[in-house]
Amino acid sequence: MSFEPFILSFKLASLTAFILFCISLPLAWYLSQTRSRIKPFLEALTALPMVLPPSVLGFYILWALSYNSPLGAFFENTLGVKLVFSFTGLVIASCFYSLPFMVQPLQNGFETLNKNMLEASYIAGKSKFTTLFRVALPNMKPALITAIIITFAHTVGEFGVVLMVGGSIPGETKVASVAIYEMVEIMDYKSAHIYSAIMLGISFVVLLSVYIFNAHHNKRFGL
Amino acid sequence: MIKIDITKELHGANGIMQLQCKTTIQEGEFVALSGKSGSGKTTLLRILAGLEDAQGEISVAQTKWLQTNKSLPPQQREIGFVFQEYALFDNMTIEQNLLYVANDVKLSEHLLELTELTEMKKRYPNALSGGQKQRVSICRALMKRPKILLLDEPLSALDTLMRTKLQNELLTLHKEFGTTTIMVSHDPSEIYRLASRVLVLENGKITNDGKPTDVLLKKQGSQKFSFEGELLEIKKVDVIYIAIVAIGQQLVEIVVSSQEAKKLQIGTNVILSTKAFTPIVTQISSRQ
Repeated sequence: MSFEPFILSFKLASLTAFILFCISLPLAWYLSQTRSRIKPFLEALTALPMVLPPSVLGFYILWALSYNSPLGAFFENTLGVKLVFSFTGLVIASCFYSLPFMVQPLQNGFETLNKNMLEASYIAGKSKFTTLFRVALPNMKPALITAIIITFAHTVGEFGVVLMVGGSIPGETKVASVAIYEMVEIMDYKSAHIYSAIMLGISFVVLLSVYIFNAHHNKRFGL
Repeated sequence: MIKIDITKELHGANGIMQLQCKTTIQEGEFVALSGKSGSGKTTLLRILAGLEDAQGEISVAQTKWLQTNKSLPPQQREIGFVFQEYALFDNMTIEQNLLYVANDVKLSEHLLELTELTEMKKRYPNALSGGQKQRVSICRALMKRPKILLLDEPLSALDTLMRTKLQNELLTLHKEFGTTTIMVSHDPSEIYRLASRVLVLENGKITNDGKPTDVLLKKQGSQKFSFEGELLEIKKVDVIYIAIVAIGQQLVEIVVSSQEAKKLQIGTNVILSTKAFTPIVTQISSRQ
């Protein structure tokens, strides 16, 4: 029995969570502060991956990353990177797939912050950047933890998009969920049981730790 | 000197209202901003702070804070602002809250000492009472040695005792720092004790401007005491009628004649007034 698919899943999930955090932080901050008319459009766009069937999302990403699209062609001809059926392609696909799970908790966290607290920081002469890192983020730890952990867990749990964009190349794109699917297909139920039980256990522990942390945090701050 | 001449359209509870204020404030003055809720007091304060935009001009000494097409951001306005609900940084200790504004340990120690908070400086805001939080908030606002201190109903969430204590501290701080101060307040005794000038705002316009004694003391009629209250009930007891009126936190019983009893409507606001002949003055306790 090999643990390679698990390691691959966690590598993919960590990278995705990290990249998405960097992208979503400014996006969620902007969405929480703006009164612009394009806000609903941006919100709908970021929420799309939540409602689209993974096959639809996977199909579009597959097309966009393949040699048939200008983007895919550019990457392959100029940079020499093949995006389809590769780990890099998987990371890009995961970033689209898990985007709402990072943006929405962060945006929620920013919106529930006391506005006067941010204004007090501006009045103290601090820039938006300083305010974001020294006042906003430290005061929304539950939202931060939720965003990062849920994004991570959701990426570990993805299946449809991964299968379409990544295929099932051992050590490259064969993540745990895909491995389980294949085991069932070849009727190797014993391995499927073990893999599934591990996934179930890890997912539960991860979610449990988020809820325990948030409950503890809220109690400390009397919420 | 602060020159204010601004207009802004407000969408309030009573539809669209035009906020239109023109006044000048001298350096070191303590101005109270009074008026019914929804009259635009808080908005005026926020415009001064640069937290909301408006048309017109604001200039402080030689610096233009607001002029056509150009508004100085709050970061550059040299103001201190005290919010009604404190708005402390919950992730920082009391001391860190102050030092975040300006890294001036000497000033922060001094301010904490003046407000008797030195022993609590390592605590976090959520471990403080409302009165303590507001003191921290006032100290924090003074850390930048602001040109103008803006207070938005700073004491309205506190009980009477704490309010009196904090009024004294505000007076001490104002004397020591000489900061030009503008405070939104509903409380006549507070205005009388602290302010040297009152601006009364009604529907977005300044309708009264003067010394607290001139503005607050009722001059019409010859009554000396005058309280506004809500008429709760009129009881008939033998041959007289007794009206029960709620004034502030207190219920009082007043004898009214049968004609008056007929005219008065329960649930409406009434004014109780008397001349200076009969009241009995009793000292409650010595002032702190």
